[in-house]
Amino acid sequence: MSETSLTGSHTRTPLALRFPSVLIFLAVLGLFTLGVTILSEGFGIGVISTSFVKTLGKTLCLCLVALAMDLVWGYCGILSLGHMAFFGLGGYAIGMWLMYERTRLIVVDSLVASELPPTAQEISDGIATQIFGVVGASEFPPVWAFAHSLPIQLAFVVLIPGLFALIFGWLAFRSRVTGVYLSILTQAMTLALSLYLFQNDSGLRGNNGLSGLQNLPSLDAVPQATVSLWFFWGSAFALGAGYLLCAWIVSGKFGSVIRAIRDDEARVRFLGYPVDAFKLFIFTLTAVIAGIAGALYYPQAGIINPTEIAPIASIYLAVWVAIGGRGRLYGAVIGAAFVSLLSTWFTGGQAPDINLGFYTIQWVNWWTVLLGLSFVAVTLFAPKGLGGLVDLIVDRTSPNRHGADLGPDPGALREKEAEK
Amino acid sequence: MSTRFLTTTAAAALFATTLPAMAEVSCPIKVGVLHSLSGTMAISETTLKDTMEMLVEQQNEKGGVMGCELEAVVVDPASDWPLFAEKARELLTVHEVDVIFGNWTSVSRKSVLPVIEELNGLLFYPVQYEGEESSKNVFYTGAAPNQQAIPATDYFLEELGVEKFALLGTDYVYPRTTNNILESYLKDKGIAEDDIFVNYTPFGHSDWSKIVSDVVALGADGKKVGVISTINGDANVGFYKELAAAGISADDIPVVAFSVGEEELSGLDTTNLVGHLAAWNYFQSADTEANEAWVAAWKARMGEDRVTNDPMEAHYIGFNMWVNAVEQAESTDVDAVRVAMYGQEFPNLTGGTAVMLPNHHLAKPVLIGEIQEDGQFDIISQTEEVPGDAWTDFLPESAVLISDWKDLECGMYNTQTETCVQIKSNY
Amino acid sequence: MLNILRLLTFALAVAAPASAQQADAPIQKVLQEHGDIISKSSRRTIGPAIDALADSGLPAAREVLNRWQAKQMWRNEETGLYVFAEEVDSDTLRIFDVADGMEIGTAPDDDYDQLKPNSGIRGMIGAALVRFQLTDPDPAMRLQALETIARDAEAAHLQTLRGAIETEQDKAIAAAMVRLERLLTIQFAEDDADRIKAIESFAGDLGVDVRATLNPLVRTRLETADAVPETKDVARVLSPASDALPREDAYDLLVSADLAKPRISREDKRAALVANLENGAVAGVQVATLDTEAARDIAYAVLAQQGKVEPVATEAEIDATLDKFVFFERYIAAPPAVALAAASALKSIENKVAVNQGLDLGLDALSLASIYFLAAIGLAITFGVMRVINMAHGEFIMMGAYTGYVVQQIVPDYTLSIIIALPLAFAVTFGAGVAMERLVIRWLYHRPLETLLATFGISIALQQIAKNIFGTQARPLTSPDWLDGSLIINDIVSISYIRIAIFVLALLFLGLILLVMNRTRLGLEVRAVTQNPRMAASMGINPDRINMLTFGFGSGIAGIAGVAIGLYAKVTSEMGSDYIVQSFMTVVVGGVGNIWGTLLGATLVGTLQKGIEFLNPSNTLAAQTYMILFIILFIQFRPRGIIALKGRAAEA
Repeated sequence: MSETSLTGSHTRTPLALRFPSVLIFLAVLGLFTLGVTILSEGFGIGVISTSFVKTLGKTLCLCLVALAMDLVWGYCGILSLGHMAFFGLGGYAIGMWLMYERTRLIVVDSLVASELPPTAQEISDGIATQIFGVVGASEFPPVWAFAHSLPIQLAFVVLIPGLFALIFGWLAFRSRVTGVYLSILTQAMTLALSLYLFQNDSGLRGNNGLSGLQNLPSLDAVPQATVSLWFFWGSAFALGAGYLLCAWIVSGKFGSVIRAIRDDEARVRFLGYPVDAFKLFIFTLTAVIAGIAGALYYPQAGIINPTEIAPIASIYLAVWVAIGGRGRLYGAVIGAAFVSLLSTWFTGGQAPDINLGFYTIQWVNWWTVLLGLSFVAVTLFAPKGLGGLVDLIVDRTSPNRHGADLGPDPGALREKEAEK
Repeated sequence: MSTRFLTTTAAAALFATTLPAMAEVSCPIKVGVLHSLSGTMAISETTLKDTMEMLVEQQNEKGGVMGCELEAVVVDPASDWPLFAEKARELLTVHEVDVIFGNWTSVSRKSVLPVIEELNGLLFYPVQYEGEESSKNVFYTGAAPNQQAIPATDYFLEELGVEKFALLGTDYVYPRTTNNILESYLKDKGIAEDDIFVNYTPFGHSDWSKIVSDVVALGADGKKVGVISTINGDANVGFYKELAAAGISADDIPVVAFSVGEEELSGLDTTNLVGHLAAWNYFQSADTEANEAWVAAWKARMGEDRVTNDPMEAHYIGFNMWVNAVEQAESTDVDAVRVAMYGQEFPNLTGGTAVMLPNHHLAKPVLIGEIQEDGQFDIISQTEEVPGDAWTDFLPESAVLISDWKDLECGMYNTQTETCVQIKSNY
Repeated sequence: MLNILRLLTFALAVAAPASAQQADAPIQKVLQEHGDIISKSSRRTIGPAIDALADSGLPAAREVLNRWQAKQMWRNEETGLYVFAEEVDSDTLRIFDVADGMEIGTAPDDDYDQLKPNSGIRGMIGAALVRFQLTDPDPAMRLQALETIARDAEAAHLQTLRGAIETEQDKAIAAAMVRLERLLTIQFAEDDADRIKAIESFAGDLGVDVRATLNPLVRTRLETADAVPETKDVARVLSPASDALPREDAYDLLVSADLAKPRISREDKRAALVANLENGAVAGVQVATLDTEAARDIAYAVLAQQGKVEPVATEAEIDATLDKFVFFERYIAAPPAVALAAASALKSIENKVAVNQGLDLGLDALSLASIYFLAAIGLAITFGVMRVINMAHGEFIMMGAYTGYVVQQIVPDYTLSIIIALPLAFAVTFGAGVAMERLVIRWLYHRPLETLLATFGISIALQQIAKNIFGTQARPLTSPDWLDGSLIINDIVSISYIRIAIFVLALLFLGLILLVMNRTRLGLEVRAVTQNPRMAASMGINPDRINMLTFGFGSGIAGIAGVAIGLYAKVTSEMGSDYIVQSFMTVVVGGVGNIWGTLLGATLVGTLQKGIEFLNPSNTLAAQTYMILFIILFIQFRPRGIIALKGRAAEA
């Protein structure tokens, strides 16, 4: 089983050319970014409101984390129900600096007027009182030790989710926890983390979380219309870069191995590949991507709190990827964008109510039901998700993989066999 | 480029022409309603949305405000805290509302604060809260800790002779801060640290046996035990059931709750809870003519089995004060209305008059009620109007702070150093 | 207009009474005499009024106290006269004379103010009523009197009680009286020997009331002196800088007794420096350099030398001062002999209390384990047999609970409604389970991960539907009267009947499932399908049918668990999700496909949670976090659970 037979080409052509979808995707993303910029309030003609620019920017971040989810689930077969936890950790890491720095500026300003120059301790006490006053404490917990430093907290955006995933993944893969067991275990991890953060003793302001993140320190004068576009661009860039990275990973020999792990782990193991290491790498890498996405998302959302990390969020992430279509990168992006924007539309009260005469369906109340059921329907009838529509347009038949698996799960093939 | 130039000039022209009109009033006057209609908070907040719609309708029947119809703009932040900020921005920039009535949880308020302050909006917040905050753009019509927690604790100390306190709460900001204030207050009153038992449970906690037996065990040193409960939402169901099962009567260990009102009791069989207490600024059972009319109007609109509660009264007072302030200022401009709000008076539903103070809090009476078998409260104590205090006097860091937006124009003024710590609120 | 109305009502009020009120009856006079404090209705000031009534010796006094306590006394706003009253409707009262209880007539309630004694005052009235009740012919009254005394004992009660014991016929009441008499003796007797004797009689008694009586006797006060006094009332000697007496506290005690120089806080030091600010410098030190504590200390020391501020103690001085004094605790609440007797009695009780607390915790853990077991057992069956992850399991629990709620709305009798609700909940969720298996899960047997997601879709849809139908407010599911209350073994160990019922239910299901699995044809077939579906199929077993029945059965049990959980906690649309992760943990920890494993898993999870809660009583949330962490680690070491299936079955 050589690499060439899978990629179908002997010479190394550029990635973008081998995968036209990458090129198309980047082009669409670029046009979209440009379009939004032109239509925005900050730099353009003001057709799109700032709050909608924020929504779009956040959606791009969700697309990025969906991309990570697709890599780990759609390509590597690990159904992680914990990636939104990594997303949240990234958000907390950057949120701590944003909050600390903003508060520090306020405190220093207010102490300038006092008769004696403030000691370092007085400044630190002042910041602590401001940040933790609402949760009934006035001392800095140890986790805030580096909150004063932007570079360190930025490093934490990557390091904390990465280390977390590394340790958890090492423990889990080492003891050969696979399949649904692993899913449940990741869910338990997520629950434990969110419960931990819910405690005030965790030092991250408990249920209140970190707030006011949209106000960038010492950039008070810049209007939100501008800031929102900065973050929108950042998110678009991160999504583009993430897409390229993911496409590069899944394209080469490495990609073949992780797909093989997904399809039949035991065989790959017998072929001599260090399956655990491959899985651990993908798990950790995707956690890092999720962390970066979170660090871009929460300054746009303005507030992060433990509810964001609750297990349900990670399950929704899986739902997006499944609806978009697993095992294809653009599928994840389409799924995340489509479902989250649709969700905004339905819950925003814009969708018209349906009057059945005896009962009026209010979408605010029935949207979740629709989502749940459509999810069942997608799983049952359209396992390829929305991305499958692309196949119809391109009229591409399933590639002959010489008996290798077609679907993302072993079961998909067996079903095919059963049909024959 | 040329189109852009055109639109900007057009916008500028438009702006210029509407500016003088804005200073008066542009019809219709839009009232934003920012309450969750779905998600976990829907049950509490939907009631407030209905209240606002009713108030707007009633006002329109009276001829609106300054000859303008009022229009309620309702959005659904779906109990999702970041969404609150997004929807607030939408209300202020897309719908261009003149005032917002909304929020229930503290975290949702903290989420909205930066947006409201950035866009200079006006928010009326109707729920009892933990204080330690003062925003130029928010009027707090619910109770501050000194309008609910402190009087209830005084009642425990003086009327019930409680010597040992169990502070039970759900683990979030309101109980945390309130209990912190109470701990400090009780120590001032000579209660030893060992006589204060604090416990936090998660939202929706259901296994209360251990905690209830811990509370009973507190009585072992011969002091009268009282429970101050800041337990939130459905967790109360399990708590009160376990309390009833353990056979704890209100005479042995009284429980005073700050988050249990008429609405919450409707999910409970109250026969075993008779005599336990709640502290609020309003109970449905208040015996005044205004309240009778209010309850009747509510029941006529929503159904006979619906109850009224404290945050509804807060909206009632807040809305009416806002209407009066607009008419006084002859404008819906936020700054003009804000100035006109100070000193506004409006009769409470429980008798007496609420006054809006320069610290954006109300002076309101504090009521203590005993739970009755029918799920209503029997009001057994009603104080004079207590002025709301943004910064508590019982925590050393906050005792030096005051809020005065009228003369000092500062929400966080340090009286010791005589400086304004910050103009924006802490969120 | 209003005035006319008021006049009218006044006229009505005057005209309405059928018979005139006896305004000068002696009892009315007593009430009027204390009218102000009665109306003020505060526990602090009400004492004289209650005493006056109780001591008046008037025959009507008892009735007045009773009615007052029951909130049935009203006062006329105009005349200030007190009456008894019953509410006829929301606006009208039927009023009675306080003197003889004769009906006076009806009146609008606007003219009268209700007296609302708070529970503190009600307690005091109760204490005053004791003297009438202790000798009341009704045993319930006498018991109530004993309860009142136990709650707020007064010295006067001791004599009354001793008198009552002599005449008491009922043995149970007499025993309670004797016990109470001994408790009162400890508190109020004059003679120390009597008190010590009573204290000694309680050695090893677990009652909270005993500890409540003894603990105040051993109260101490921290004192300091040059040497430990040789008196007997010294409870213990403390050394400063120990856990019992931190160094700062010890020193502060000396400062407050004027035996030492004060320490200074950072804020005070800062204020002192600011006060001595001259021309941008403090004691010659430039202000700009005073941005560290060390610099401020130096500046302060200079100021102290100049005599501008009070000198403060340095660390070395503090240590030296502390060495000069001893610290000890002195009994202050009772004579030393009594205090010592109480201390030794308490010690004997304490050990027993610890044992019993352990026992109580064990019961709690057992109860929690049985709840987890009930919630997880259905999951264990579906997961174990079919390897199907059913994320909607929690919603089946919720469906069961709502079934119970709906039944209670139709059948008002709580006992009957529970009897109906249990099988009905089983039937409803069995049906839902079978439907789900047929419609969804059947198509996904070989795609376990997708089953997980599809059932999750069903889960959120069901949750939202429940919200739309029943609202998000918790619904009451009330247990029948015979399940109210607790089984009280002693004052420490007790467990509510509802928890016992859940425990019994869990045991029943354990037995039932073991029976079905091991003794019936169905069980045999299920086990066969579990171990090897293809082989089972070739043996003539229809795996499709078995799967369907198993799934229905597992779901049905979830429904019954829902009724049980709803009875002890709450019924909300989100109750399912509270249990789902714990249930999975229980199944995974116990070992998939084994009922005993689930039992062990539930026991482990329940015990663990209670154990952690015991270690960290102030934070229940932390207990849950640590429990999940422990489970994650546990799975590292036993990935297949406590009881792992061996052989081929484990690989399926």
